[in-house]
Amino acid sequence: MAKSKGNPFPRLFVNVTLIVVCLLWLIPTLGLFVSSFRPRDEIMSSGWWSVLPHRVWVTTEQFTPDPSIDRAGVMTFEGATGTFEQLRQGIESPDGKRVVWIGNRRAGTVQVQEKQWSGMPATTLQNYHDVLAGKNVTIQGNAEEAARKGEDMSDAFINSMAVTFPAVVIPILMAAFAAYGFAWMRFPGRKLVFALMVALLVVPLQIALVPVLTDYVHLRLNGTYMSVWLAHTGFGLPLAVFLLYNYISTLPREIMEAAIVDGASHFKIFWRLVLPLSTPALASFAIFQFLWVWNDYLVALIFIGNVPGVQVLTMRLADMVGSRGSDWHLLTAGGFVSMLLPLIVFFSLQRYFVRGLTAGSVK
Amino acid sequence: MTLLNPDADEHSAELARARRRRNRALLTLIGGIAAAIVLFEGFFMLRDSQAPKLVVALFAMIWGGGGMAILYLIANQLVEFTSSQWQRRLTPIVFVFPAIAFVVYFLALPAVRTFIASLFDRDGSNFVGLANYITVFTEPFMLTTFRNNVLWIVFGASFTIIFGLLVAALADRSKFENLAKAIIFMPMAISLVGAGVIWKFIYAVRDPSDVQIGLLNAIVVALGGEPQAWIAMLQPWNNLFLIVIVVWMQTGYAMVLFSAAIKSVSTDIIEAARVDGAGEFKIFFSIIIPSIMGTIVTVSATVIIFTLKIFDVVLVMTGGQYGTDVIATQFYNQYFVNRNFGLGSAIAIVLLLTVIPVMVYNLRQFNKREAL
Repeated sequence: MAKSKGNPFPRLFVNVTLIVVCLLWLIPTLGLFVSSFRPRDEIMSSGWWSVLPHRVWVTTEQFTPDPSIDRAGVMTFEGATGTFEQLRQGIESPDGKRVVWIGNRRAGTVQVQEKQWSGMPATTLQNYHDVLAGKNVTIQGNAEEAARKGEDMSDAFINSMAVTFPAVVIPILMAAFAAYGFAWMRFPGRKLVFALMVALLVVPLQIALVPVLTDYVHLRLNGTYMSVWLAHTGFGLPLAVFLLYNYISTLPREIMEAAIVDGASHFKIFWRLVLPLSTPALASFAIFQFLWVWNDYLVALIFIGNVPGVQVLTMRLADMVGSRGSDWHLLTAGGFVSMLLPLIVFFSLQRYFVRGLTAGSVK
Repeated sequence: MTLLNPDADEHSAELARARRRRNRALLTLIGGIAAAIVLFEGFFMLRDSQAPKLVVALFAMIWGGGGMAILYLIANQLVEFTSSQWQRRLTPIVFVFPAIAFVVYFLALPAVRTFIASLFDRDGSNFVGLANYITVFTEPFMLTTFRNNVLWIVFGASFTIIFGLLVAALADRSKFENLAKAIIFMPMAISLVGAGVIWKFIYAVRDPSDVQIGLLNAIVVALGGEPQAWIAMLQPWNNLFLIVIVVWMQTGYAMVLFSAAIKSVSTDIIEAARVDGAGEFKIFFSIIIPSIMGTIVTVSATVIIFTLKIFDVVLVMTGGQYGTDVIATQFYNQYFVNRNFGLGSAIAIVLLLTVIPVMVYNLRQFNKREAL
């Protein structure tokens, strides 16, 4: 009995199901990735899955049929027999060839095709060039040539970086200070205030958008990087304080007490001791906040709005979906540009991210 | 009782020292405020400068991150000027107050301000009482919105939980555990807008005479069907095609938590059950599921909150058309597109009310843990 040897489900069942689910999960992203490297015309004329090796009909021979053949009746070419209408659709001969009549009944040609493996699919970097460029790009259609503005995603990329970096650093710093305060200082109202933090963990940020935007307009802050930094700090702090408190409050008491006995101030203990010791917790929140801010659309949409030159990647991409809804060569490349950095961060630091998730599963 | 009759000279010297200390502290305080103002105003100079984009962006990053650190440093310096008794009182404030101020200003206070705005009419000039709330709960377009949110919660949460459990249970027994988990987990790194683009491509529809480049329609056509406009037609089931996207993104989260929980289920109990002849499905449903019930509740709550607030996916995929509006997009459309400030605020408050049970639950859990 395989069961009693600690192999709960039959291995085949486990692996097959797992592979099917993984494929289901992988295919959507794969489609985007593959398409982003295909030339525009190819994307529009065949599905992205056609890059997989498959057998296609390739014309091996082409000739003009003998003018004396009765084109209204049944004709035979290369072993394939049929009427004109059937030939137009293509007839397979017994030896695996296909005969197709191209053109009209009087002045058409006949093609003999054989099935062959498709070769290397055409690839291009033009799509990336088109979405990243800020200046005019030339578009080569079938016959005509047109110039239009590129999607300027490189500019949006820089904006995303400028928005994200401080929006990660500022809340981490504030939350670390606060978490240390809550964990290692005694002051009146400590529990009540911390309960407020916990309560605010799940407050939908939608309720904050309008009042904060009103103030930002008065302060001339809307449409700046700083507006987004401060907003993300406010919205991210409850989770940050909660996660860091969970970690910092479990640091060994002896270390703290020894430092206090040595006469170190709270500030010194925090800076020299607690911050370095909390690196894993800081890292997991940093990744969390990085992904959250980089991928955020709503906060940027409200506080940056339509101010040109500050728009972040998600806004740029959402605009493209609206204005270039069927230009899949641009959307796929743009989509991949927007996910490049989060995917790199995610896969290189997955361990810390998972730890953060399991520590504070409330947001 | 010597304190009541102190030496007069000593007394005045003490006072002078205290005054000097106070003056120094005041000076640093002014310095701190000046630094804050310089940081704030300098930001606008930076914004209006004509320097190349990359330079401005890099400088802004250092400005934002470093500025905050400097403010903390100054505040702490300030406190160290005071007497040790005041230091003990003020240091917690320096550490904790900035974070509290931020969450109060950005989350707690806006809840009150939005609530007040919800009692006024569309441009905030006339008090209308609960009229906006009556609109929220009676207008047909709002009822569609609520129905959609219920669909999101019911299907979004249940499929996320089911797939999360399935993958966690299977991966635990496979050699490819890490690879499989990474694949399922990956969509979490992608923005909802990016996911919208990915899935729009899958749902893409073209004229029946054209080649279908959307995967779903290509499959349907290959099976002999007619291509469908998945996210526009078939209301209200088009919502399910949007929900699929979020299930695709959230399953990784559920899987990670379930996987950690399953690994902590005692192997002794499972072995004992196995010896007693329990089948694998029986073990899964009568031992593993009850053992990880706590995690299932937590994950469900988190996924439900996430789906309640869902916004980006709907806005990118349909903009709320074709009967796909949810609370968050309805709020955006009413407030920022229709410019009906009162109604928009009321919708936001309703959204807040829906998460209150979870808020209470979190607080209870927290109190329970603190009591230990």
